[in-house]
Amino acid sequence: MALEIKTATLQPIRNTFANIERRFGDKPASRYQEATYDLQAETNYHYRPLWQPQHELNDKSRTQIVMADWYDLKDPRQFYYGTYVQQRARHQEAAETNYSFFEKRGLAEHLPEAVRAHLISYLIPLRHVEHTANLNNMYGCSFSYGAAISQALLYNGIDRLGNAQYLSKIGLILDGNTGDSLAAAKQEWMQNPAWQAMRALCEQMTTVEDWFEVFVAQDLVVDTLVFNLFYEQLDQKLASMGGRDVALLTEFMQVWTKDSSRWLDSVLKTVASESEDNRVLLAGWVKHWREKTLHALHPLVTAMLDDSEALSIADGLLEERLKKIGIIQ
Amino acid sequence: MVAKKLNLKDKYSLLTRDLDWDYDYADRKEAFPYEDFEGIKITDWSKWEDPFRLTMDSYWKYQAEKEKKLYAIFDAFAQNNGHLNVTDARYVNALKIFLTGVSPLEYQAYQGYAHVGRQFSGAGARIACQLQSIDELRHVQTQIHAMSHYNKFFDGLQDWTHMHDRVWYLSVTKSFFDDARSAGPFEFLIAISFSFEYVLTNLLFVPFMSGAAHNGDMATCTFGFSAQSDEARHMTLGLEIIKFLLEQHEDNVPIVQKWIDKWFWRGTRLLSIVAMMMDYMLPNKVMSWKEAWEVYFEDAGGALFKDLARYGIRMPKFVETTAKEKEHISHQTWWIFYNYGHAAAFHTWIPSEEELDWLSEKYPDTFDKYYRPRWELAREMEERGERFYTQELPQLCTTCQIPMAFTEMDDPTMISYRASDYEGEKYHFCSDGCKHIFDQEPEKFSQSWLPVNQIYQGNCGGPGVEDVLRDYYKINLGHDNMDFNGSPDEQRWNAWKGTEKDAKNKDAKDKDKDVA
Ligand SMILES: [Fe+2]
Ligand SMILES: [Fe+2]
Ligand SMILES: [Zn+2]
Repeated sequence: MALEIKTATLQPIRNTFANIERRFGDKPASRYQEATYDLQAETNYHYRPLWQPQHELNDKSRTQIVMADWYDLKDPRQFYYGTYVQQRARHQEAAETNYSFFEKRGLAEHLPEAVRAHLISYLIPLRHVEHTANLNNMYGCSFSYGAAISQALLYNGIDRLGNAQYLSKIGLILDGNTGDSLAAAKQEWMQNPAWQAMRALCEQMTTVEDWFEVFVAQDLVVDTLVFNLFYEQLDQKLASMGGRDVALLTEFMQVWTKDSSRWLDSVLKTVASESEDNRVLLAGWVKHWREKTLHALHPLVTAMLDDSEALSIADGLLEERLKKIGIIQ
Repeated sequence: MVAKKLNLKDKYSLLTRDLDWDYDYADRKEAFPYEDFEGIKITDWSKWEDPFRLTMDSYWKYQAEKEKKLYAIFDAFAQNNGHLNVTDARYVNALKIFLTGVSPLEYQAYQGYAHVGRQFSGAGARIACQLQSIDELRHVQTQIHAMSHYNKFFDGLQDWTHMHDRVWYLSVTKSFFDDARSAGPFEFLIAISFSFEYVLTNLLFVPFMSGAAHNGDMATCTFGFSAQSDEARHMTLGLEIIKFLLEQHEDNVPIVQKWIDKWFWRGTRLLSIVAMMMDYMLPNKVMSWKEAWEVYFEDAGGALFKDLARYGIRMPKFVETTAKEKEHISHQTWWIFYNYGHAAAFHTWIPSEEELDWLSEKYPDTFDKYYRPRWELAREMEERGERFYTQELPQLCTTCQIPMAFTEMDDPTMISYRASDYEGEKYHFCSDGCKHIFDQEPEKFSQSWLPVNQIYQGNCGGPGVEDVLRDYYKINLGHDNMDFNGSPDEQRWNAWKGTEKDAKNKDAKDKDKDVA
C-alpha cells in the first residue's frame, strides 16, 4: 500500500517545458525539441547593436524572406549539439581509417605524376572554397532568426571547416607533411587564370548583405555545382588517370553532402512553399547566382575535365534539384 | 633537397588561417566591416597566437565522447528519479535561477561568438571564436537536458525562455549579455572572454557546480564537470585576446582599460545573484561568498593584474568598493528577493537557526550587526502568520537593473543612490560603478528596457501587478512564487520523502495563498 502511494506521488507534474507544450501539446517531447524551440530571445532587447543600429540584436528583417514562424525550418536530422557531434565523430572515424590506410600502404607514392599535379591544381585549392562556405554559413548562423535554422547553419559552417581541413590533409599526405603542396595549391588559387573567376565569386559572396541570399548562393547553387564537378566528375577523371585511390580521401565529403542535402532541401522547400513572395525571391537569387557561378566555373572546368558537357551535366542536376524543392517549375 | 617537416604550430596554422587569402576582387573591408569603429588598431593579425590547437576531426571525436558519457548519466538520472537525492527541495530554486537567468546567456554567448567568428578578419581568431560558439551551444542545450527532468517534478522551470525575455530580475542577466553582444567585436571579447570567462568565471562555476556536488545534484554536477574542459579553452582565448590587443598598438591600452573597468563592475553586479545563492540557497554550503571572492578574485585576479601591469593596465576601477561589498552583497540581495518573493518565479525563505549561525561565523564583522536582527524579526513575523511582501514596485538601477536597495558600503544603513541627467531625463543608479558606466555611454544605457518602468508604461499588460505576473510573465501564481514554506514544491517533496511538516507550516501556507 505504501509502495503504491509512493509511485503515485512520483508522477511527473508536467511532461515538458511550457513553450514546448504550447507548440506540440501536453505530451513528452524529444531532446531535439527541448533544445531547439524558442531558445533565442524574441523581445525586449535592451540596446541596439552599435555595429548595426538599424537592427535589433535578433531581427527578422536581416533577410527579405518572410516566415510566419522561423521555427518551421526544423532539421529533419534532428541535430542538436550532442547528436551532431556524435554523428560527425562516426564519419570522422571512417575517414581516419581511410586516411591511415592510404598512408600505411604508401598509396601516395603510387599515384602517377599527372594525378598529383591535378590534385594540386584542382582538388586541393577547393579548400579555399570550403573556407568561404565556412564564412558564409557562419554569416547565416549569426544573422538568421530562431535557433532551428541558426544551429543548423552553425553545424554546416563548422562542417565546412572540417571539409577544408580534410582537403588540406590530402595535400599533407602528398608532400609528406612539409606543406609544399598546400603552398603550391594556394599559388594556383591565387594565380592560375582558371581559378580566378571562382576566387572572385568567393570574395564577392562574402560581401552580400542578405543572409538568406548568401545561404542560397553558397549552399544551394555553388555547392550543388561544385560537389558534382569535384567529387563525382573529377573523381571519375582521376580514376581514369590511375588515381582511383584518391576516392578514399574524399569519401568523407561525399557522405557529408548526402547528410547536409537532406537538411538543405527540406529547409528550402518549407521556405518556398510558405508564400509565393518567398518563392519568387528564391528564384531570383538562384537565377542571379546560377549564371554567375556557371560563368566562374567555366574556365576551371575546361582546364580540369576534358568533357565539354561537364558543366551542363552539373547544371542539369541543379535544375532538377530546384524543381524538386519547388523553386522553379 | 629534403624539405623540412612541419611542426605542430605551423601545421595547425596551415589547417586554419592559411585557408584565408588576401582579396583581389572584392573589398575586404566590406566583407569584414566591424573591425574599425571601436578605435582598436590591429596592425598585424598574423601575430595572433592560436590559444588552442584543435582540428575539427579531433574536436568531433573528443566532444562526442564527452556527450556520450554525459547523456548516459542524464538517462540514468531520469530513470532513477535522481531529483530525490538532492539535499532538500529548497536547493532546486538555485536551478530555477540558473535555467531562467544563466542558460539563456549561454545561448547569447553562442550567438555572440558566432558573430565575431564570422566578422574578425583574422582567420586564427575567427576559428577560435567559432569553436567557442559551438561549445556555448553545447552548454545551453546540455543545461536544458539536465533540467528537463527537474522540470517534470518542480515548479518554476517550465517557462524559462519566455520568462527570460520579460521577468524583472531576469533583465539583470539579459541586459548584461545584450550589452556585450551589442558592443563591437573587440569589446565583446574583452567583456566575455577576458573579464567574464577569464577573470570571473570561477565565481560562477565553482558555486553552481560545487554547489550541485555538495547537494546531491548529479545531473548539474556532471554537466558542470563535462563543460570544464570547454571552459579551459575559453579561458585561453580570453588571455590571448587581451595580450594580442595590448601588443598590437599602444593606443589600444586606454580603450581596453576602459572596457575592463566597465565589465568588471558589470560582472560583479551580475554575480550578486550568485553571492546570494551561495550564502542562502544551498542547503549544504560550499564556502561563503566572501571566501569565494577572496580566493577567486582577490588572490587569482590580483596576480593576473600584476602581470598585466607591464602593458600599462591597472586594476579595474571600483575594485576597492568590491572589497567592502563582499561583506554585504549576498545578504542585501537575498533580502531584496525575500521582500519581492511574491513576484519571483522561485521560492525564498528565512535561513534556519543553523544557517544563521553559519552566516554569523562567516561574516563576523557584519552579519550580527546588520543582518541577523532583520532575519530574526522576519521569523517572528512569520511565526505570527505575518510573512510580509513589499507591495510597491522598486526603482531599478538603469545600468545593472537591480532594485535600488544596495546600501552605501561605508554605511550599511543608508541606501546608495546616484543619478545622472541625460537629454532632459533623470537616470538612477545603485552605485558609483553603475553611474560611471552610464556616463561613459549614455546613448546606449538610456535605451535600457527597465521592467518596472515598462510596467508603469503599460507595456507588460496589467492593470494590476498580479495581472503582469500571471499573464505577461506567465508565473503560475501560488505555485512558482511565494515562500518555500507551504509551497507545492515543499508539499510534494515531503510526500515523496514521507516526511510531514508540523502544523505551523501549514498555517503559513494558507497565509501565503491569501496573498497570492
Ligand atoms: Fe558556456
Ligand atoms: Fe564559456
Ligand atoms: Zn547598478
